[in-house]
Amino acid sequence: MELSGGHILVQCLKDEGVEFVFGYPGGSVLHIYDAIFHQDEVKHILVRHEQAAAHAADAYARATGKPGVVLVTSGPGATNAVTGIATAYMDSIPMVIISGQVPSPVIGSDAFQEVDTVGITRPCVKHNFLVKDVNDLAETMKKAFYVATTGRPGPVLVDVPKDMTDPNIKVPYKYPKKISMRSYNPVVTGHKGQIKRAVEMLLTAQRPMIYSGGGVILGEAHKELTELTQLLGYPITNTLMGLGGYPATDKQFVGMLGMHGTYEANMAMHESDVILAVGARFDDRVTGKLAEFCPYAKIIHIDVDPASISKTVKVDVPIVGDVKPVLEQMLELIKDSKIKPSKSALDSWWQLIQSWRDVHCLEYDRNSKVIKPQYVVEQLYQVTHGEAYVTSDVGQHQMYAAQYYHFDKPRRWINSGGLGTMGFGLPAAIGVKLAFPEANVACITGEASIQMCIQELSTALQYHAPVKIINLNNRYMGMVRQWQEFSYESRYSQSYMDTIPDFVKLAEAYGHVGMLIEKPEDVRGALEHAFALKDRTVFLDFITDRTENVYPMIEAGKGHHDMKLRVAPGTPVDRELS
Amino acid sequence: MRHIISILIENESGALSRVAGLFSARGYNIESLTVAPTEDPSLSRMTLVTSGSDEIIEQITKQLNKLIDVVKLIDLAESAHIERELMLVKIKTSHDTREEVKRMVDIFRGKIIDVTANSYVVEMTGQSSKLDAFIHGFEEGSIIEVVRSGPTGISRGEKGLHL
Repeated sequence: MELSGGHILVQCLKDEGVEFVFGYPGGSVLHIYDAIFHQDEVKHILVRHEQAAAHAADAYARATGKPGVVLVTSGPGATNAVTGIATAYMDSIPMVIISGQVPSPVIGSDAFQEVDTVGITRPCVKHNFLVKDVNDLAETMKKAFYVATTGRPGPVLVDVPKDMTDPNIKVPYKYPKKISMRSYNPVVTGHKGQIKRAVEMLLTAQRPMIYSGGGVILGEAHKELTELTQLLGYPITNTLMGLGGYPATDKQFVGMLGMHGTYEANMAMHESDVILAVGARFDDRVTGKLAEFCPYAKIIHIDVDPASISKTVKVDVPIVGDVKPVLEQMLELIKDSKIKPSKSALDSWWQLIQSWRDVHCLEYDRNSKVIKPQYVVEQLYQVTHGEAYVTSDVGQHQMYAAQYYHFDKPRRWINSGGLGTMGFGLPAAIGVKLAFPEANVACITGEASIQMCIQELSTALQYHAPVKIINLNNRYMGMVRQWQEFSYESRYSQSYMDTIPDFVKLAEAYGHVGMLIEKPEDVRGALEHAFALKDRTVFLDFITDRTENVYPMIEAGKGHHDMKLRVAPGTPVDRELS
Repeated sequence: MRHIISILIENESGALSRVAGLFSARGYNIESLTVAPTEDPSLSRMTLVTSGSDEIIEQITKQLNKLIDVVKLIDLAESAHIERELMLVKIKTSHDTREEVKRMVDIFRGKIIDVTANSYVVEMTGQSSKLDAFIHGFEEGSIIEVVRSGPTGISRGEKGLHL
C-alpha cells in the first residue's frame, strides 16, 4: 500500500486503535487534516485552544489508560500546547503529540509560524522526534507510542515538516507490529533479592506505613496494592496522584498525606518505622522539610524509574520495576513467609493512629450561613454516589476535592498534580466524558482557574460532552490568598479579580445551563437537578465562603508533625519513641 | 569529586543538546564535554567530566541513562582507566627564548607542529594535570592561545564500553 505522509499518519493512528485526536488545524498540518477528512474511524475533536487539546488528550489517557493523541500546527500551535505537554510530563501520562513543522528546506530560516518545537519541548517530553524522511514516518510513530506507553509513561512529540505529508509523494506503508530500540529497555521485574529483603523488613515492622502514588494507577496495580495492604492489615496513605489506588472508604486508609494531607496520615508517616513507598516519588509537597521527613523509618521504594529512587530521600531497599509484578512477587513471599506481622505491635500502632484520627482534622463549620466549599464537595460525593469522574483545576478547590471526595476506584480522580496547571479541569472533563459518555463527569474548579480555559465550553457543546462544572466561587485566588494570609500578613496582592463574569449568562451564551447557588440549603437540590440534566452541560456557580482555608497545612519548610490545624488537637500525642 | 562519564549515544541530531539540556535544567556542572562518532557511524561516544557528591553523580548517571538516545554509559572514575587530553598551544618566541621553549616541549614530550619567526604551535597529549603543568611553566604573556579538547578516557583491561 502506497500512501502520502498525511494518510500514513492517520493510518498509524488507526493501527494503534486511536479513538480520538484532539487538535486544531493550521498551515503546516493541512495535508494531515485533509487525510482526516477522508475517513471517520479516528474522530477529531476540535478544541478552541491548543492547550486544551493537550489537557483533554491527557485526561482521556488518565481515565482510560490508553495514550492520548494531540495534533497541532507549527509555531503558536505547538507553543500553545506546551503547557499541556508539560502537565502530562510531570504526571507521567502517556501521550503522543503530532506537531506540524515548516517544510524541511526552510527550517532554520525563521519562516512563517516556525519555532524550534523539538528544542522547546525537549525538557518537558519523555522523548521527541523530528521526521526527516517520509519513509521513516510510520516507524517513528510506532516508536512514539512505544516510548510513551512503556516504562515510566510520558508524552512523546513527533514534529512533522509539511513536506513529509505532501500528498504527491507516496511511499509504501507498513506499520511495524513490534519495535525494539537498543537504547530503550525499561526494567519490568524487580530484583528478587531486594524484594525478599523488603518483605522481611515489612513483616518485622512495628509501626509500618504504606505510601502509594500515581505509579499504582498508571501501572494498573490497585488490586495488588489493595490485596497486599489488607493481607498485612497495615495503614495506607495515598499521594494526591495516587488517590483511588486504594479504596478511600476502607478502614485501613488514613487519607492523603503531604502539605494538605490528613493529620493521621502525616503523623503516621512521621512516627512510622518502616515505609513501603509504591509508585510515589517523594515530591516536595509530600515530604515537607526533607531533614525532618520520616526520621524513624527505614524506606522500601518500588518504582519503574530508577532516577526516582533516592532522588530526594535516601531509601534503604530500592526496587526498580513495574509496581504490578513487584507487588505480585511480594504477595507471594508474604503468603509463604513464616514471619507474620506482630499483632500486638500492630494493635498499639492502630490505637495511636486512632488517637490522631480523633482530632478530626477535616471537620469544618457545618452550621455556616454561607456555603462552605467542603460542603459542596461532600454533597457532590453523595449525589454522585462516589462514582463520578472528578477533574479539577488547581488551588483550594483541588485540595477540597482530594480531601472530601472519597475515591474508591483508580482513574476517577483527574488532576494536574505535578505541574499544577490552572485551566486543566474543563478540557480534562471533556476528554473524560468523550471516553465514558455514560459516566457522570464533574469538574471541580474555582472562578479563577475556570477562566483559563473557559472557551472550551464551546467544545463541550459541539461534541456533546455534557459535564457538570462545580465552580467554588470565593472571589479570590483562594490558595494564593491563603498563603498571603499566613505568610504575608494578609496583604492580598493581586489575588482577587475586581470583575468576574456572570457565569450563568456565560454558560447560557455557550448554549449550556447556568445555575447560581448562594445558600447552603440550596446546594443539594442544585446538584441533584444538574445531574438529572443528563444531556446538558451545567455550570453551577456556588458562591462560597471567601475566607475559608484548606487545613491541615504543612507550611513550607516544616515537617510532617508540624501541621497547622483548623482545630487544635484535643489531646497532645507527645510520646517517647525508641 | 571529579568523575569522567563515558556515554554511547545514538548519533542523532539533537542528542548532544539532550545531554547539555539535562545538565543545565537540573543544575549539574559540566567541566568538559567531547563527542565524536565511533567505529559504528550510528553511535557517538561522549566523554563528560563533571563533579559532585556521590548522590549527585548517582542522579546524573540515572538521568543520563533515562535519556532515550543514551545506549550505555559508564563512570570511568569507578575503575582503573586511562585519560588523555589533547592540547594545542601557541607560544610567543624570540631568538632568545626559542631554545628554552623547545626544551620545555621535549621535557613534556610535546611536538612543535608550526613555526614562525615569533611563534611555535605545540601539540601535546596527556592527563589534564600534565597539560596544566606545561602551561604553568611559562611566564605570563608568553602564551598566545590555548586550545584543549577536554579529557577523553577508556577503561583499562579487556572489558570495554560497546554494544
